[in-house]
Amino acid sequence: MEQWLVQSLVLGLKMFLIVNGLLIAAAYLVYFERKISAWIQNRIGPNRVGPLGLFQSFADVFKLYLKEDIIPTLANKGFHAIAPVISIGIAIAVYAVIPFGEYFYLGGEKVYLSIAPHINVGLLFILGMSSVGVYGLTLAGWSSNNKYSLLGGLRSSAQMISYELSMGLSLIGVLMISGSLDLMQIVQSQTGGQWNIFFQPLGFIIFLVSAFAETNRTPFDLPEAEPELVGGYHTEYSGMKFGLFFLAEYVNMVTACAMMVLLFFGGWDVPFLYETLGLEQGSVLRALVQFGVVVGKMIPFLFLFIQTRWSLPRFRYDQLMSLGWKVMLPLALANIAVTGIIMMIFQ
Amino acid sequence: MNIEKNTEKQRLNFWEKIYLPEIARGLGMTFVEMFKPKVTRQYPEEVWNPTGSYRGRPVLVLEEDGERCVACGLCSRVCPALAIEVAAGETEKTKERYPIKFEINMLRCIYCGFCEEVCPEEAIVMSKDYDLVFEKQEDAILDKDQLLIPMAQLQDRLEFLRQYRR
Repeated sequence: MEQWLVQSLVLGLKMFLIVNGLLIAAAYLVYFERKISAWIQNRIGPNRVGPLGLFQSFADVFKLYLKEDIIPTLANKGFHAIAPVISIGIAIAVYAVIPFGEYFYLGGEKVYLSIAPHINVGLLFILGMSSVGVYGLTLAGWSSNNKYSLLGGLRSSAQMISYELSMGLSLIGVLMISGSLDLMQIVQSQTGGQWNIFFQPLGFIIFLVSAFAETNRTPFDLPEAEPELVGGYHTEYSGMKFGLFFLAEYVNMVTACAMMVLLFFGGWDVPFLYETLGLEQGSVLRALVQFGVVVGKMIPFLFLFIQTRWSLPRFRYDQLMSLGWKVMLPLALANIAVTGIIMMIFQ
Repeated sequence: MNIEKNTEKQRLNFWEKIYLPEIARGLGMTFVEMFKPKVTRQYPEEVWNPTGSYRGRPVLVLEEDGERCVACGLCSRVCPALAIEVAAGETEKTKERYPIKFEINMLRCIYCGFCEEVCPEEAIVMSKDYDLVFEKQEDAILDKDQLLIPMAQLQDRLEFLRQYRR
């Protein structure tokens, strides 16, 4: 077969797997969110649909599909329809550059475990895309022509802009150590247990807090603050349009966890694992193990995201802003300066 | 003036002010909570049996020789939701009156128990039925056949009334 045909087939298959895998992962995150919240509150949680309630999320999505799609009379119809598409589209687009492992040879063809491997602006692409994601929420709030939605949308844009700064700055330390924006190379620079968490503990904490704010999770879920804003930016959405916002939130959560694993916890690196298992560079099995390691490292962070939601109350808006601008930003800047000085000394 | 300041600065020490250790403590608490025994009752499988003090669907007491009700109409009169409708008839027995028609509209009933309280014959009492489902509005109007329950099934409530009624 011709080379380009094979390559495009492989690429198409990878895209299919990633998009569907993400949506299923988001569905199961919703299930686990409900289960964990139930356990924390000494309840049992969903257990009726399928064994242990495992098909609950599919029932939920099915219900959302069947529901009537209500568009307010005074809403700006075009933007109202496009806002959820932007939200979920951007959330999934980020996965073009996220690698889940290195590569394997399939019939002499080198297959990478990411859609666009070795793209030299990978990290910038993720940060840029997550900024565009704000448009989804802001447009949703504005086009609904509802004051609560508008407030939610405005809050989300203000919050995401403030925390994007400290998020980006907290990653500069990582960039200085690895010397590359390519996610593959960042992971490779951490091989052998030299994970960035040991060199950048402060950077990691700032990134973690900012990630909570970026994904609109409690304690920073002000855009949808139920008691004061009804539903926030998605008040006027129903049916699957609401479902798309919901899925986007969970996909963003997975993205944040993937970034934490890749940037701070060595990605697929586990010291001595591949040598003891005797897995060759480029074998299919090695790629599978690498994928498993990345996903396995993501699970504790996903759990942390969910558990935090059921443990902490929400911040007040001024507290949120003063934390972002007065604490996170100076700390991130100090982190860069200290990292730079230490690197100068030890070079 | 005797005013004490109580600012955040005085209340919290350094570790409490940077939040993170306290957040970790909170997360630890919820984590421990996850493994404690669950309190949920799996309803349709595990049915709850209320005690005698429970006020469920009002019913008429049925004795061996017929209903206790003498159709005085007090329950209908006292009902704040106007849910009860009674029509009286006469017989040759010792109890000269009986209800020809006795209907309770369960869409109106508020389970206050006034009918039971006011009844001079202890003929209408609150039962333990709580899973009431109707498919049509007409089905929710219970007639005499549906309301009459043998006295043996109402022993808990009658016992409760004997003990606590003035």
